[in-house]
Amino acid sequence: MLGTGLLHGLKVTARNLVGSFHDPARMVTTQYPEERTRLPENYRNFPFLLGDDPADPLGTLRCVACQICEKECPPQCIYIVMERDEKGKAQKRPKVFDIDLSVCMSCQICVEVCPFDAIKMDQEFEIATADRFTGLLRHKEDLARSNAYYHQLHPTEAAAVDAALAEQKARQAAAKAAKAPAPAAAPLATPAVPPTPLPPAAPAP
Amino acid sequence: MNPPAADPLSAGLLERLPLLARDALTSGLPEPWRWVSNSLLAILAIIVVFSSLFALLTLAERKVLARVQNRPGPNRAGLPLTRFRLGGLGQPLADGIKMLTKEDIVPRGADPVLHFLAPVVLLALSLLTFAVLPYGRLLVPVELEAGVLYFFAAGAATELALFMAGWASRNKYSLLAAMRALAQLISYELPLLLAVVPVVLLAGSLSTSGIVAAQAGWDLGFLPRWFVLTPWGFASFLIFLTAALAESNRSPFDLPEAESELIAGHLTEYSGFKYALFFMAEYLGMTALAGLGVTLFLGGWREPLPFLEFVPSYAWFGLKLLALLFVFIWIRATFPRLRIDQLTRLAWKFLVPLALLNLGTAALWALTAGWGPALQPLRWLGATALVAGPFVLLGRGLTAGLRPRTYRFA
Amino acid sequence: MNPAAPPSRAGASVRAVQDPFHGDLLEVSMGPHHPSTHGVFRMIATLDGERIVRLKPVFGYLHRNHEKLGESTSYLASMPYTDRLDYLNSMTNNWAYALAVEKLAGQAVPERAEHVRILLAELTRLLNHTCLAGFLLQDTGCSGTPLMYAFREREAILDLFEALSGSRMMCNFQRFGGCRVDPSPAWMEAVSALVGRYDRFLDEYEELITGNEILLARTQGVGVLPAALAINAGITGPMLRASGVNHDLRRVDGYGLYPRFPFRIPLGDHGDTYDRYMVRMLEMRESLGILRAVLRDLPGGPIIDPKAKLRGFRPKPGEAYGRIEGPKGEIGFYLVSDGGPNPYRYRVRPPSLINLTVLEDLCLGHTVADAVIILGSIDIVLGEVDR
Repeated sequence: MLGTGLLHGLKVTARNLVGSFHDPARMVTTQYPEERTRLPENYRNFPFLLGDDPADPLGTLRCVACQICEKECPPQCIYIVMERDEKGKAQKRPKVFDIDLSVCMSCQICVEVCPFDAIKMDQEFEIATADRFTGLLRHKEDLARSNAYYHQLHPTEAAAVDAALAEQKARQAAAKAAKAPAPAAAPLATPAVPPTPLPPAAPAP
Repeated sequence: MNPPAADPLSAGLLERLPLLARDALTSGLPEPWRWVSNSLLAILAIIVVFSSLFALLTLAERKVLARVQNRPGPNRAGLPLTRFRLGGLGQPLADGIKMLTKEDIVPRGADPVLHFLAPVVLLALSLLTFAVLPYGRLLVPVELEAGVLYFFAAGAATELALFMAGWASRNKYSLLAAMRALAQLISYELPLLLAVVPVVLLAGSLSTSGIVAAQAGWDLGFLPRWFVLTPWGFASFLIFLTAALAESNRSPFDLPEAESELIAGHLTEYSGFKYALFFMAEYLGMTALAGLGVTLFLGGWREPLPFLEFVPSYAWFGLKLLALLFVFIWIRATFPRLRIDQLTRLAWKFLVPLALLNLGTAALWALTAGWGPALQPLRWLGATALVAGPFVLLGRGLTAGLRPRTYRFA
Repeated sequence: MNPAAPPSRAGASVRAVQDPFHGDLLEVSMGPHHPSTHGVFRMIATLDGERIVRLKPVFGYLHRNHEKLGESTSYLASMPYTDRLDYLNSMTNNWAYALAVEKLAGQAVPERAEHVRILLAELTRLLNHTCLAGFLLQDTGCSGTPLMYAFREREAILDLFEALSGSRMMCNFQRFGGCRVDPSPAWMEAVSALVGRYDRFLDEYEELITGNEILLARTQGVGVLPAALAINAGITGPMLRASGVNHDLRRVDGYGLYPRFPFRIPLGDHGDTYDRYMVRMLEMRESLGILRAVLRDLPGGPIIDPKAKLRGFRPKPGEAYGRIEGPKGEIGFYLVSDGGPNPYRYRVRPPSLINLTVLEDLCLGHTVADAVIILGSIDIVLGEVDR
C-alpha cells in the first residue's frame, strides 16, 4: 500500500533521533579541539630526522646524506646537501636537509627506503601556518628529534628498529673480531625496516 | 483586536493576561487612538513572537535534523563575548549577524527592482496570513467572516514572489526554479483548498474562530471533537499536510530550491540580508500553514482533555503548532525529493480526486449527524471505508509498476 | 528564454529550435562547480523544458598527469600516487598496481598477504558502496540523513585503515610481493567486530530508504542501460551487473585467492538506477560473507616475500597488465618495462572514466533531476576520471 515505505523511513529516523541521546554507537562525533581521539600507533603524517643523543639530536643525526630518500621521494619534497670539509671531502652528514611539508604527501616511502633508520614519520598534524611559502619548509634544525621521541610515538616499531640495529652492530663487531675480509656489505642488503613490525596500538573504536 | 465570541470575563486570569497587558499600555489614550494603538500592538506582538519563533525554529530544525543524523548539531555559538555556549542557543543570533554583514550581490544582468522586491513581497505576504489565526480563546488579531478565504488569498501570492525572484535573477537555475515554483503553486493550491472545504462544510463557517468553535465539546466525556478525529477529517488533514508541505516548499517538495539539482534554485543569486529575508519568509509561511492546520483540524486553541482547561488556551495553540512543525522537520529528515512530473502527478491524479471524494464523505457525515447511538458504528464504518478505499485504489494506480524488487544471483 | 535581452556568452548560448510551437532550448552548464557533480565535472545539458535533449560531459579539470608521472618515477614511487586515483578506494588501487608489477617482475606473494589483500579489498568495497548509497540518496534530495548514516559506518572502516596503514584514505599499503604492515590480532578483532555489526547497519539503511515510494519513483525506470550497450561501451563493475551481465573479475580471473572464497554475484534485470543501487547493496552483503571466511581462514607466515626488493627494483624488459575487480569496476594497470628503474609505459584503465562514457545515453529524455541521480548511480570519482 502507498505509504508503508514512507512510514518505515519515519520509524527509522525517529529511532535514530531518540537513539542519538542515549546510544554512543550512534552518536560518534568527537568535539575536536576539546576532545581528541587517540591516534593509532601507526598513524603517520610528516617525516622527522632521528638523532641518537637525546640532549643533542641535531648533532647526532643518523642521516649520512646518502640522498636515497631524496631520489625515491615521489613528490620530491626533500632537498639534501652533504657536508664537506675544507678540502672538499664528504663528511657523511647533511649540511642541508630540507623537507617542504606543503609538498610532502605523507607516503612514508622515505622511511622505508632509508638504510640507516634515520628518517621516521611524525604524528604532529596541527602545523597550519599563515605563511604559505616558507611556513611549511622545515630545515634539519626543525626536523631533528631524539630516539626517545620516536619511542614515544611508535613504541612497537621503535623497539623493533632498535633491536635490529643492535643486532646489526653486534654482527659488525663479530665480523670485525673475526677479521673477515668483506663484512660491511651485509647490513645494506637486508631490509632496514624489519618485515614484521607494527601491530597497531589502538584498535579502531 | 475585535472582541472574540467568548465572554472575556468568564476566562481565567492567565487567559486574559495578554489582553490585560495591552489594556494597561493603552488605557490612557483617547478612544480612537486606543483602537489604532491596540491594532498596532497586535501587529507588533505577532511580528516579535513569530520572528523569534523563526529564529528558534531554524535552530530547532538544525538540531533535530542533526540528532536524526546522529550529529550534535550547532553547539558552539552561545552568549556573545562569553564562554557560555548554552548548547548552541546563540546560533540564530550569529547567523543573523553573518547575514547582515555579508555583501549584498545583485547580478549585473538582473532586474534590480524585481530582484529587490521579491524577498520584500514574500515576507510581507507571509506576515499577512498571521492576521486571521485564532491564537487563543481571546486572541484573534482580525476577526474576519471569511478568514479562511483571506488566508489563502494572501498565502497563494507567496509563490508569485518566488517566481519574481527566479525571473529577476537572470540565472538559468533560478529560471528553472521559477517555472517549478509556478507548476507547484498551480498544482497544490487546489488540493489545499479542497482539503479545507469539508471543514468549512461541517463547521458551517468560513471564519477561523467559528471553525474552532465548531470543534468544541467532548465525545464519551474525554475525546475531543476535533475534525482530525473523524474519518473525513483525518483524510483531509493528511491531504492538507501534504499540500502544505508543497506550498511552503518543504522537503520532499522542495523542488524550487532543490540544492542537488538547481544549486539553490530561486535563491541562487541572493546573498546577505535578502537571502535571510527569503529564509524568514519561508519559515513564516510554513508556520502560518501549520497554524492553519492546527486551527482547522486539531481543535485550534482547545485543550486535548477536559481537565486540562486551566492551562491558558494560547499555550495549547503554541504546543500544537510546535508539534506540527516538528512533524514537518521530521519529514524533511526522512524523505528524498520528488521529481517535478511526479509532483504534479501526485497532485492531480491522487490528491485532487481524493479530496473531491472526501468532500462527498464529509457531506455524508454532515447528513448523518442526526443518527442515533445505535447507528453510529455504521456511520463510522461507512465513512472510513469511503476514505480508505479510494486511498488504496488511487495509491495503487499512482505507484503502478513501482515496487521493491528481488534479485537473481550468479 | 532569458528575461532580459541576452548578451551572448560562450558556453551558455540559448538556441532557437526550428519548430515555432516548441519554444527554445535552454543550455545549462552544470558544473564544474555544482553540488552534485561529485567533484569538478561539467555537464553541458541542453534542456527542452526540464527534459534533456543533449548532454555533453566535460572533464579534465582535475588532470594531474598521473600516467606521465608514473613513467618518470620509480615503480615504488608510483604506489602512493595510485592512492590518489580513486581516493575512496586506495587499497584496491594499490592492489591492482601491485598485481601488475608483480606480474611484470614475476614476484610471488605469500599466502597471508593474499588473505590480507582480499580482506582490505572487501572492506574497501563496503566503504565505496556505502559512500555511494549515501551520495546517491543525497542527490535524490534526502536532507543528509542517509549520507550521514553511511558516513558514520565509513568512518569506522577508515579508522581501521588508519590503524593499519597510518592513513585514512591515502593508505599506500601494498608492496610488490606483499603488504607493508602485518595486521595485529587486535586489529583483526576490530575487523570482526565491524563485520559483525555491519549487517545491522545495512538492515536499518534498507528499512530507511529501499522501500520508500519516493525513491522507487525516482529511480525505477530511470537511466536504463541495456546490456548490449553496456558491453559495447566497456562498462564494468556493479553497473554492468545491474544490466544483467554476469561479469565479475573475481570470478572471471580468479586473481589472488578469490577462488577459495565462494560468493554470489547479484544481477539486475532492468539496468536502471534502482538496480544499480540495489546491486551494490547486495554486493555489500556478499562482501561481508567473504570477509567472514577470510577472517576464519587467515594463515600465519610472512606478510611480504622476504626476497622482495624495495630499493633498486628493476624488472626485466617486458609488459604486463594487472587488473582486479575494484568497487567501481575493472581497475587495471598496464606496464611496459625496458629494464630501467622506471616503467617505460604506464597506463591506467580507470573504471570511473569508462563507465562515465554512457552518461549521455542514460540521460537523454530524462529530466535534470534524473541526470543528477544517474550521474550519482554511475559512481565516479573525478580523481580517477581525470587522472
